[in-house]
Amino acid sequence: MLQGWIQIVLTLLILVAITPFFGRYMARVFQEQRTILDPILNPVERFLYSLVGVRAKEDMTGWQYARAILYCNVVMGVLIFSIIMFQQFLPLNPTGIPAPTWDTALHTTISFITNTNQQHYSGETYLSYASQMWGLGYHMFTSAATGLAVGIAFIRGLTGRPLGNFYVDLIRAITRVLLPISIVGAIVLIAAGVPETLAGPAIVPTLEDPAISQAIARGPVAHFEIIKNLGENGGGFFAINSAHPFENPNGLTNLITLVSILSIPTSLIYTYGIFANNIKQAWLVYSIPFVILVGFIIITAIGEYNGNPAVNALLGVDQAPNLEGKEVRFGWAQSALFAVITTASMCGAVNSLHDSFMPNGGFSTLSNLFLQIVFGGQGTGTAYLFAYLILAVFITGLMVGRTPEFLGRKIEKREVVLASFLILLVHPIAILIPGAIALAFPDQLAGISNPGFHGLSQVIYEYASAAANNGSGFEGLGDSQPSPIAIAGGATTSATALWWNLSTCFSLLAGRYVPIAALLLLADSMARKQPVPATTGTLRTDTGLFTGVTIGVILILGALEFFPVLALGPIAEAFQIARGIG
Amino acid sequence: MTSMNDSPKPFRVPSGTRDSRRHTPKVEMKGLYQRAVKESFVKLDPRIQVRNPVMFVVWVGTLVTLLLTFDPNLFGTLQADVNQQRLLNGLITFILLFTIVFANFAESVAEGRGKAQADALRATRSDTIAKKILPTGSVQEISSTELRRGDLVKVVAGDMIPADGEIIAGIGSVDESAITGESAPVLKQPGTDIMSSVTGGTRLLSDELTVRITADPGQGFIDRMIALVEGAERTKTPNEIALTVLLAVLTLVFLIVVANIPPITGYVASFLSTATSEQAAADLRNGASVAIMISLLVALIPTTIGGLLSAIGIAGMDRVAQFNVIATSGRAVEACGDINTLVLDKTGTITLGNRLAAEFIPVNGHGMEDVAQVALDASVFDETPEGRSIVALAERSGAKVSFDPKLAEGVEFSARTRMSGTDLDSKEIRKGAVDAIRGFVRSRGGHVPPTLDEAYERVSKLGGTPLAVCQNNEIYGVIYLKDIVKPGLKERFDQLRRMGVRTIMLTGDNRITASVIAQEAGVDDFIAEATPEDKIEVIRSEQAQGKLVAMTGDGTNDAPALAQANVGLAMNSGTQAAKEAANMVDLDSDPTKLIDLVTIGKQLLITRGALTTFSVANDIAKYFAIIPTIFAAAGIGALNVMGLKSANSAIISALIYNALIILVLIPLALKGVQFRPLTADQLLRRNILIYGVGGVIAPFIAIKLIDVILPFS
Repeated sequence: MLQGWIQIVLTLLILVAITPFFGRYMARVFQEQRTILDPILNPVERFLYSLVGVRAKEDMTGWQYARAILYCNVVMGVLIFSIIMFQQFLPLNPTGIPAPTWDTALHTTISFITNTNQQHYSGETYLSYASQMWGLGYHMFTSAATGLAVGIAFIRGLTGRPLGNFYVDLIRAITRVLLPISIVGAIVLIAAGVPETLAGPAIVPTLEDPAISQAIARGPVAHFEIIKNLGENGGGFFAINSAHPFENPNGLTNLITLVSILSIPTSLIYTYGIFANNIKQAWLVYSIPFVILVGFIIITAIGEYNGNPAVNALLGVDQAPNLEGKEVRFGWAQSALFAVITTASMCGAVNSLHDSFMPNGGFSTLSNLFLQIVFGGQGTGTAYLFAYLILAVFITGLMVGRTPEFLGRKIEKREVVLASFLILLVHPIAILIPGAIALAFPDQLAGISNPGFHGLSQVIYEYASAAANNGSGFEGLGDSQPSPIAIAGGATTSATALWWNLSTCFSLLAGRYVPIAALLLLADSMARKQPVPATTGTLRTDTGLFTGVTIGVILILGALEFFPVLALGPIAEAFQIARGIG
Repeated sequence: MTSMNDSPKPFRVPSGTRDSRRHTPKVEMKGLYQRAVKESFVKLDPRIQVRNPVMFVVWVGTLVTLLLTFDPNLFGTLQADVNQQRLLNGLITFILLFTIVFANFAESVAEGRGKAQADALRATRSDTIAKKILPTGSVQEISSTELRRGDLVKVVAGDMIPADGEIIAGIGSVDESAITGESAPVLKQPGTDIMSSVTGGTRLLSDELTVRITADPGQGFIDRMIALVEGAERTKTPNEIALTVLLAVLTLVFLIVVANIPPITGYVASFLSTATSEQAAADLRNGASVAIMISLLVALIPTTIGGLLSAIGIAGMDRVAQFNVIATSGRAVEACGDINTLVLDKTGTITLGNRLAAEFIPVNGHGMEDVAQVALDASVFDETPEGRSIVALAERSGAKVSFDPKLAEGVEFSARTRMSGTDLDSKEIRKGAVDAIRGFVRSRGGHVPPTLDEAYERVSKLGGTPLAVCQNNEIYGVIYLKDIVKPGLKERFDQLRRMGVRTIMLTGDNRITASVIAQEAGVDDFIAEATPEDKIEVIRSEQAQGKLVAMTGDGTNDAPALAQANVGLAMNSGTQAAKEAANMVDLDSDPTKLIDLVTIGKQLLITRGALTTFSVANDIAKYFAIIPTIFAAAGIGALNVMGLKSANSAIISALIYNALIILVLIPLALKGVQFRPLTADQLLRRNILIYGVGGVIAPFIAIKLIDVILPFS
């Protein structure tokens, strides 16, 4: 038990330790200060800007920034969709996989451009290497960089600067942050045993009977793996994601995975501190998601450590960790830690099956997806966190007898509209409405494998994962079309998969672009305000008291709206198990 | 503001404590509550309700539950006793109705005070007979409603002044108690810039005035006041709009959340019907019935603040009116809370308008008694407060008038000579500005002792005004006239500083004098030798740093600065131009009220914030009351931490709490949260504890209590 907790604590300590360094580096990159990569990258960037005709010095307004993102994403979307649909005509398809169904391709496309990487397919049997590398791998960089750019633009606006230029931020995010780390990281992963090859599946004789041979899927995994985690993409090369021994072979790769998943959203808060020239506030803001994260890790880990009482009774022991759906090489502690971190950060990579967690895990992972700020998505998580701060300032700030201000800028109608809309309204619309429809027709639409409270969690989780742009799955739903090879062999397509592919597309899009536009407009309108000098009558937002108030506001506004589904999902399931029915 | 310092200002020294001056003139408060009760039912009109998104949702909900009271199976058959359902739905309808009525009542009471005040004002505006002076010079009696801007009227003692105007001839005392509530009459005269404007509806007590009318009928000062206190022109303030938006979004969020519960519970129920029992499934479906979902929705949406929001705003305006200040908009009142800088005139605002004699300083080898005697002789005929204070000080020093005043002749002060005094036989006794006396003595062949300059400097450094006294060609000494800082002002400036409000004093005095007064009064900054142009300059430079500035003024040359300031408070005694440029008018003409206005503005915002926080914090308890009991069939009864008796009891208890809390908080909404001059951090800590933490805990206790009392099983 102790060993498990030590693993958890050490991982968190490493994360906190790298925050100032990485945060400072990102601040240098996006304040366009000199970095060590300048001599190599400056000419490359200049060439790229002149190639696409971007005037690098030109700042964009909120609308322009949002429009640039939208255009850019539409072009990328068309690109991925075409690559997937024409994969049989493209090279690097050693197993000759034909095109998947259109709805699978559409869902995959939208899922990857929104930095979600929700997967209703299995990489090994649905996609060629070309689709994986050019279609998906490339967009793991661009969609992550888009989120990072939004986060940076938001920080700039909040601290009274012009928002910047989307194309410049996108390119700098890739060339200065994602690409260098991915190159180094991929090499380390290769050294740790992750394959990187263009050769087709290895055909080997089985140990049991050398006469029978087995195909072992492999491919260019290492480079895909590092950006999957660093960019909080989470879409695995193989179906079982980071539980696969080729994606995540050992404890070292697991640690690298965890640290790289959380490194950008944690460090970006520190970057804010440098932009705002208030490191103290950065650490206080940092403490909000950190406290919530630790709380969820403890809840989840205790559930997994104690295991299922019904199973333990069969085994005849008082306590045994719940290892169903887990890799034994990671055990209960690293599986619980991984599950919480991957849902907290909107990465969505998994090293164990969330469906098999005890209800504690379901509660924590769902709550992470509902809150979206437990460090949250690449760039957007930090921005959401500050939008919550703005809302907390507005609600409680009136109580000091002044029009609420954040960083000296008044919070007025426009900001309240954008922040409350963004934080409070989009998420329930994107989760609860399709969720209720799917649950109203459980057999026709949902295809739930575990009816009851658990089935409710499965459905809600799928939409929450889509709307929060996380991409992990509780699984256990009829959400996958048969593989292209199976369809070529005569398998029929599934109606529930069609429903899931299309309905989650709605959640994916609503959960990505509406908030991004609102965030940018919010940052824009904050940047344009005349700052008011701080006095003793001004509400200070960099105090422990206000940080505590913000946690209260987050829990009341962010979590209470989902209390009914949590009550009927994991909470009801927990009581059911406690009564010994499960 | 013709001069900053030298001419005493005709302001009324407020008497009594500030609270005792809080009065509403001649307002009939009887029957206020009866009328408000009636009003609260009239306001059930959907056209009125639709203006408030939160309460409109409750209104629609009430209508639906009313229908469900007649037919509980309107939206699908429930497996429950119909009569029991009717009773439950009827109760829900009844409580929801009263939730709206209570909210209406809060608004009606707040409006009622304003209406009563308007009625009192309207009574003064009844038609009067005006004596219009025709171009020919003859006088024609017409109704006051026929007067037009530019007309000349004659007003004699005992007449009601027919409309707002400017005095062009005559001096008279006017009873303005109808608008100010202050019974002491005010002296009005033409050409003095200030004090030359009269208000329609006030009464001339003495003498005769010729007045040029400055307002057409229905647009006079009182008419505007009536419109304002009645709330006819009430528009929502920026903060109120932002808050309304947030409340609307919260309402919409909970609407979505609640609307999605029935299909979700439907799914769980169909599972329970096979896994547990048909009864459990039916119970769960009943728990998500339309009437209960409406109840849950109403419990969760912020009805407390939604119902009280407009009452808070109206009451805030009313509090300003109770201070005898008329604000032209709620926006101006709200802006008071945001003020960063107060720009204050020294004379009349920071110091009493009159300087008082504090000390005699002998020069030229004279004794203290001699100086006191000469000063007394020079001031016998001086009726100004300064003159009287010299007399009083001299008499305290033992001097007595040494001559028969009937034989002597007073010499009036004039701006040219800058001296006043007494002529007696061969003696010329004078007091006045040191320069002027120096010239006077020289012209009489006397010499100026070097100690005079020392005394002059000493007084200047103390922040006082030196007056020299002489008899014939002999200078006796210097009177130290002291500027008296209004009592209690230093403490109030300290409070303001703690609240983050900076004060800047403007004065025509020289730097040395100004700095002494500034120090004594405890202002943060001062501008010496200020001209009226400096005032607007100071305001502009503060605003350029993003600060909000408030100032007071009364003269025509204050008008641009009053208009430039975020909050401009004009004195009622001031000119029409000043009153029109300002966004507030103080009927008592007391410039220190600006400080009270800052407090009122802050109080208004704090009340709104406190009730919003309270309302939102209440949701935790309401969730924990309702969700576990209506979903008890799903096996989550253990979450019923309050141990409420049943789903029905929990729903009704939460709704009763929800309705009653509005009623309980009406006094707080109307009076405002008690304001303490604390720093923002201290205020937040205090208010979060009371309204945030209190808002989480209070409903747990209250709902449990109601549940215990209710006769539900």
